[in-house]
Amino acid sequence: MSAPLLEVTNLTKHFPIKGSMGRTVGAVKAVDGVSFTLEKGTTLGLVGESGCGKSTTGKVLMRLLDPTSGSIKLDGEDITGLKGKQLDGFRRRVQMVFQNPASSLNPRQSIGAAIASPLVEQRIKVPGGIKAKVADLMDRVGLRPEHANRFPHEFSGGQRQRIGIARALALDPDVVICDEPVSALDVSVQAQVVNLLKDIQADTGVSYIFIAHDLAVVKHMADDVAVMYLGKIMEQANKRELFENPRHPYTRALLSAVPSVDLDAALTERIRLGGDLPSPSNPPSGCVFRTRCPAYELLDEAGKQRCSTEVPAGAMACHFPNAPLAATVGA
Amino acid sequence: MTATASKPSEQAKAKPVATGRSLLATAWMRIRKSPVAMVSLAIVVGMVLFAILAPVLVGIEGQDPNTTNTSPEVLDNFYTPGLPLPYYMYPSAEHWLGVEPGLGRDLFARLAYGAQVSLIIALLSTLVSVVLGTVLGAAAGYFGGKIDMVISRIMDLFLAFPHLLLVLSIAPILQSRLSGTALARGSFVPIASLVIVLGFFGWAYLARVVRGQVLSIREQEYIDAAKSFGTKNWSMIIKQVIPNVTGVVLVYATMMIPTNITAEAALSFLGVGVKDPTPSWGQMLNAAQAGNWYLQDPWFLAVPSIALILTVLAFNLLGDALRDALDPKSSR
Ligand SMILES: Nc1ncnc2c1ncn2[C@@H]1O[C@H](COP(=O)(O)OP(=O)(O)OP(=O)(O)O)[C@@H](O)[C@H]1O
Ligand SMILES: [Mg+2]
Repeated sequence: MSAPLLEVTNLTKHFPIKGSMGRTVGAVKAVDGVSFTLEKGTTLGLVGESGCGKSTTGKVLMRLLDPTSGSIKLDGEDITGLKGKQLDGFRRRVQMVFQNPASSLNPRQSIGAAIASPLVEQRIKVPGGIKAKVADLMDRVGLRPEHANRFPHEFSGGQRQRIGIARALALDPDVVICDEPVSALDVSVQAQVVNLLKDIQADTGVSYIFIAHDLAVVKHMADDVAVMYLGKIMEQANKRELFENPRHPYTRALLSAVPSVDLDAALTERIRLGGDLPSPSNPPSGCVFRTRCPAYELLDEAGKQRCSTEVPAGAMACHFPNAPLAATVGA
Repeated sequence: MTATASKPSEQAKAKPVATGRSLLATAWMRIRKSPVAMVSLAIVVGMVLFAILAPVLVGIEGQDPNTTNTSPEVLDNFYTPGLPLPYYMYPSAEHWLGVEPGLGRDLFARLAYGAQVSLIIALLSTLVSVVLGTVLGAAAGYFGGKIDMVISRIMDLFLAFPHLLLVLSIAPILQSRLSGTALARGSFVPIASLVIVLGFFGWAYLARVVRGQVLSIREQEYIDAAKSFGTKNWSMIIKQVIPNVTGVVLVYATMMIPTNITAEAALSFLGVGVKDPTPSWGQMLNAAQAGNWYLQDPWFLAVPSIALILTVLAFNLLGDALRDALDPKSSR
């Protein structure tokens, strides 16, 4: 079997917390032991609440941040230590669409220049000329090429996200990391952008890591889904399987909040997750989800004991998948 | 979410939400509405034209700035205590602003050529400060760490120094060093040394402001985006960072010009700047003060003073207006 396009193993990213005198007094465990694989031409949905470490995962994958530990392999080659020319080579193959359409474009750069900048910075000779390539990219994402001289503030959020997509496609990458590309957009515009990404994938065979904070969006986009909580992956499965037969209590809680998903018999009520998200600098011991887990409350003492022991990291990070759930948890 | 037509929709191809307006166009729209700003701008533009057109204007007048008036009236009969000043000290058709006491050179010609010298020194020294301040401030803010520490300490040092004192002592040294070289021709040496001294001492404040701005720019997603396709550091600073501080830099530059005009005047007045026969507004003030001419001929002092005050005031008011106009929070 050949190596997957992208293989992430035990990735962690801890941000040191500096106390007085610059001493390190702790760490924000933004990403804490994440593993997954991505095959060519497919989409992996990465879903989780705000602050669970999705963007940090994306930035580490993009080599905008250096991982604390773990490996990222592209076509079997570990890219975590790449520098200089080799890092440039990696950057040509992996690109990113950013979360915030308002700040991901330089307000003083025309959008044509922004879309051309990956080609310019990588000194790529474009056969027909950069102008033509930019016009082609703009056309592909549904922008009018004659608007190339305009500035970002002249465009709506959805159009800016299209500009960001065109820029990410300029280098013809194999992987595009889409960090909540539609979260900031109106629902009607969301559908257009999601469809655009799907069309591009059908045309070019690009792979996506599609980050989102709710399952509804990835339902239309992803082939596989990884559900993240507090820096760790809770459950990871094929999309169909995950939506039809969710097993992890967290996944089931998230799914019950998606209006368009039919709830299975065991899940007649919508589950509201109460309580506060624990701090990623001081996560609960054992299963990080247990403080808000709708199944935890219904467990007996021995079961609760077991939840405070280490959960095996992997596709199913739960000691009691499929356990019955309480309707509301926490205060 | 429901799937809709997957071709780019009408909405996406529709017109952008706002019509294009650049930074300067927005600023201009606001400045045009303020009478004070417009008058200031007119004075600034007028002064610049006055300086540029000095040879033409002085040609029309039919005088030049260096010919001493050796007519017996001026040389022998200049001032007799108790008698009124002779007519040629005052504006006339021949000498539009009268002549200097003593040497009898044409005041209009000296004012016009002096405007050239004063404005060139102010503009060039501002340019030096702006380039140094922008590049060093941007580098400090962008790179952070050790580079920031070194640049920031140098900045503090420059800000803490008593400028005028230092400039007063450095300017003559620089002048005597330069005057031994091949460059020492005409008025080049005093002008160049003032540009270097003023430019070199003016950058630190701007650098601090730029550094502060860049610290927040660095956190913007477009910087991450630029990194994601491998933008090298200097390209990042020049293409992504500096264009976003041009507004602030423009405002500070406009404020720095009058400071430098005043500094040139002060230094020349104190005798360490531009020296006779080269005219500058500061040199003219110096000439009026030397030999106490101003007591007998206040007009001689008034001419460069009025030009100086008018120009400095206009630049300052324009700078204020520009700051308001470029402030994104201002609604005017
Ligand atoms: N540079 C940093 N230094 C310290 N902590 C950070 C840094 N970047 C992110 N964090 C922390 O890491 C955690 C994960 O942040 P991240 O931005 O990855 O979340 P996210 O899942 O993308 O959230 P959102 O949905 O709001 O975008 C948060 O607690 C955040 O405060
Ligand atoms: Mg995020």
